[in-house]
Amino acid sequence: MNYEFHWNIVFQKMPELLQGAFVTLHVSVLSMLLGIVLAVLLAIAKMNNIKPFSSIATVWVEIARNTPALFQIYMAYFGLGAFGIHLSPYVAVLVALVFVNAGYLVETFRGGFQSIPTTQYHASKSLGMSSYQVYRYIILPQMFRRIYHPMTNQFVWSILMSSLGILVGMSELSGETQRLQSLSFRTLEFFIVAAFMYYVITKLVLFSAAMISKKLFKGEI
Amino acid sequence: MGSLFTPLSWNDTGFILTGILNTVTISVVAIVVGSILGLIVGFIRSESNKYTNALLGSILDVLRSVPLIIQLILFSTFIGILGYNMNPFVTGSIVLSLYTMAFMSEVFRGGFDSVHGSMEIASRSLGMTYWQTVRYVRFPISLRAIFPSWLGVALSVIKDSALVSVIGYMELLRTSEQLISRTQQPLEILIGVGIFYFVISYPLSLYGKYVERKMAV
Repeated sequence: MNYEFHWNIVFQKMPELLQGAFVTLHVSVLSMLLGIVLAVLLAIAKMNNIKPFSSIATVWVEIARNTPALFQIYMAYFGLGAFGIHLSPYVAVLVALVFVNAGYLVETFRGGFQSIPTTQYHASKSLGMSSYQVYRYIILPQMFRRIYHPMTNQFVWSILMSSLGILVGMSELSGETQRLQSLSFRTLEFFIVAAFMYYVITKLVLFSAAMISKKLFKGEI
Repeated sequence: MGSLFTPLSWNDTGFILTGILNTVTISVVAIVVGSILGLIVGFIRSESNKYTNALLGSILDVLRSVPLIIQLILFSTFIGILGYNMNPFVTGSIVLSLYTMAFMSEVFRGGFDSVHGSMEIASRSLGMTYWQTVRYVRFPISLRAIFPSWLGVALSVIKDSALVSVIGYMELLRTSEQLISRTQQPLEILIGVGIFYFVISYPLSLYGKYVERKMAV
């Protein structure tokens, strides 16, 4: 193999790659936040059987879980065009990620909530706590502990899947890498650096999540 | 005057079927190869000491912390630079299998670790050899226990196989993309593709849930 690595050009473009990495984080954080809000609403609708939202929630969850993420991104980018909705690559990827995150988190939230026995609710009530107090001090803290880890995983998944933005021309880390390598033809070097950056981002996220959980739950998880 | 785009017609059936077949083929290859490798690696990890385990774990972790699409591009570029002319199916199968292996080994390791150590001691004291213990006691118990998680990984591989399109393998999603650019009917085609994935994935996920519930009781 006589291939000469040229790393210089990659380092020259470092600011642009970091910019891409920032967009990657940006879109994943945003997709997570919106996903959580939607998932909470859908989970409430599903658990209380509020028609028609509970049926919407069921269909949402099953579609999100049983089709590829790339399909959802294409659907947001090309498919919505048929309705005259033309999304920019960023928004299309965001919409798709929010859709999947919400779909997965509904089940996480529902499972977390149902894992707390209702007897705890009644016991707290009989101790004279108000409904608000029961949720605030008894149910939600325990539930949060149980859904914390799945939520972290979902966040990492969003970071990794935002890389599909490369296929719709979004300028997140992989899209940016793709653009830069097409200017210089140093494909291997650029993608090695991108892979490394994804690895570091994922590890940093997992590390800080572990730190936060240590602080929040004081080791008892 | 004819339009630049030709609408979807029955002549495209063969093209779409090829795409479906390719998606199924590469998924099956990745699941089978990935499971076998994952079983071996998972067993090694469960048998090895703390340090070997951590080392193997951190290597496999790279495969899980770098997006699949980047792995595919990197590997196919690398093969190209080495001067081999590998067809996209082989490249895609290798990358997807290794990716599957990374997840499967974790599943299998969890299964082996869940078999209580006293079982092994009991079987050994009954006169079984080490491999007999593995073959007749530890494997059957753990493999049954991990079936739902195994199915979960397998399903995600079927969905992830869509990404192999990026290196030029004509699987279902790439087929549909080409049809879209010719027909300009994205919605109909994409909904069809979505239904295909759904029809494969949904019943299997229901079955996984059913098995899980049955085992829990």
